[in-house]
Amino acid sequence: MVKDSAPLIRLQDAAYSYGEGEAMALKDINLAIHQGEFVSIIGHNGSGKSTLAKLFNALLLPTRGDVIVGGKNTKDGEKLWAIRQQVGMVFQNPDNQIVATTVEEDVAFGPENLGLSPDEIGRRVDEALALVGMEEHRHRATHLLSGGQKQRVAIAGVIAMRPSCIVLDEPTSMLDPVGRREVLETIQRLNRQEGITVVLVTHFMEEAILAERVLVMAEGSLVLSGPPADIFSKGEQMRQLRLDVPQILQLAWELRRSGIPVPQEIFSINELVDYLCQYA
Amino acid sequence: MSIRVNDLVHIYQAGTPLATEALRGVTLEIQEGEFFGLIGQTGSGKSTLIQHLNGLLKPTRGSVEVDGQNLWERGTNLKAIRQKVGLVFQYPEHQLFEETVFADVAFGPRNMGLPEEEVKERVEEALAMVGLDGEIADRSPFELSGGQKRRVAIAGVLAMRPKYLILDEPTAGLDPMGRQEILGEISALQQQGVTVVLVSHNMEEVARLVSRLAVMHDGRLIAQGTPAEVFSKGELLEEVGLALPQIAQLMHRLRERGLDIPVDIYTVEEAREAILRVLGPKQGKTARFLTL
Repeated sequence: MVKDSAPLIRLQDAAYSYGEGEAMALKDINLAIHQGEFVSIIGHNGSGKSTLAKLFNALLLPTRGDVIVGGKNTKDGEKLWAIRQQVGMVFQNPDNQIVATTVEEDVAFGPENLGLSPDEIGRRVDEALALVGMEEHRHRATHLLSGGQKQRVAIAGVIAMRPSCIVLDEPTSMLDPVGRREVLETIQRLNRQEGITVVLVTHFMEEAILAERVLVMAEGSLVLSGPPADIFSKGEQMRQLRLDVPQILQLAWELRRSGIPVPQEIFSINELVDYLCQYA
Repeated sequence: MSIRVNDLVHIYQAGTPLATEALRGVTLEIQEGEFFGLIGQTGSGKSTLIQHLNGLLKPTRGSVEVDGQNLWERGTNLKAIRQKVGLVFQYPEHQLFEETVFADVAFGPRNMGLPEEEVKERVEEALAMVGLDGEIADRSPFELSGGQKRRVAIAGVLAMRPKYLILDEPTAGLDPMGRQEILGEISALQQQGVTVVLVSHNMEEVARLVSRLAVMHDGRLIAQGTPAEVFSKGELLEEVGLALPQIAQLMHRLRERGLDIPVDIYTVEEAREAILRVLGPKQGKTARFLTL
């Protein structure tokens, strides 16, 4: 990852309040997210993580400070559509994001609004549906899809705008285990294969560890930022922040304490299985 | 005393071209005092099933009995059944509507026509059960945090003093500590004698808490038993789109790779012991080599 280039999203002393006299929902956040990164944001209910995510594509404008996306200040009204095209958002409830009655119409909605030619729209829809693994469902009615499929259609709708970055605000909290897995595999693939920057806001710690970098929010401030191994090694602090440590990391820690030297960088079930089998 | 579901069939929009068979013959008994889990993919029929347990939906065929009383027999007092079987829907905070927390929680008991003294007693008791301070009673429910609102909504059902409490995804959307707190309160209720039915997508939660669970798929119950029994059927669960708890997945994979590990394990503590038993700490490993 090239870190010395200008960041894709930069926050400079960004603060936000939902109204005069209201407490600050975000307090002087400084943060840079680079092209190609996979960042997750965790924090207790009301910590400000969703508010923060909404600053990234100008759904909210900072009350103080600046948010710069691809060199454009989100306060510059003329740049609004360029910013939203560059940074797309996917929300929690799959039913609130579908606008059309069939899958391909839904994905085409954004590109149509860009005034592209029908050929180009067709190309983008094909490409986006392939990337989320929904090509065979393109003619299906959206209301007949499962939750995980709806979320993938919502992601495809964002992809069809050819964004640099996708921000997902608790995209799996209303999904069953299969739906969750579909969505998580899709966003990991978009990040690894397509180089799309991913920002994942989540309450699930086992999702947060999929990222390269974890940001921890508390009371409107960014309190921790680092690789998942560092963040989740602070078990006690996590609990104080109303968070948790994924079970696989808890087990790795317990095994280490019992004399099996499980390396710190093991986070996934597969990695732990591989390690334990070679140890045996 | 129990809730008994006998060969329950439910068809939505029966007799129309849009007829959908949501339940295809479910038989189930939930014993008084137990902590029962219900899992299944979205659309598997869980919500349809639980809405039959207090008579919100009427069976197309089959029957539901609460403590021996058939809900749809002539003369059954459904209002009394709905006090006995409390149902907490998903995102119950969306149903808060009163100006104060007190009024919201008091809504049910007042509708029962109880004297104001008893209403007050029940509201205080219900708020305490969900870990809310009595001082919150005068505030507007809409000023509260997400976790607090959820608790107020649950308290509204508890104020009816239900014998059976059914919760549909009570921890959805809460932060990890909020999940622990609500689940702790639900466990405490169960220990005080309330029968609890927990519907959840979170296999770790279910594995840790319930004494028995049922798996729904496509309108049928496809497995039933203790968590150890159900989670040892890894392939079956995967086939119907459910994941095993993370620890159980790990145990299954280790066994597939030839380690002699039991597969009916789903907590961190048990997993640690099982792995140490097979691999041993370093000293154990050396000792094993010495005997070779």
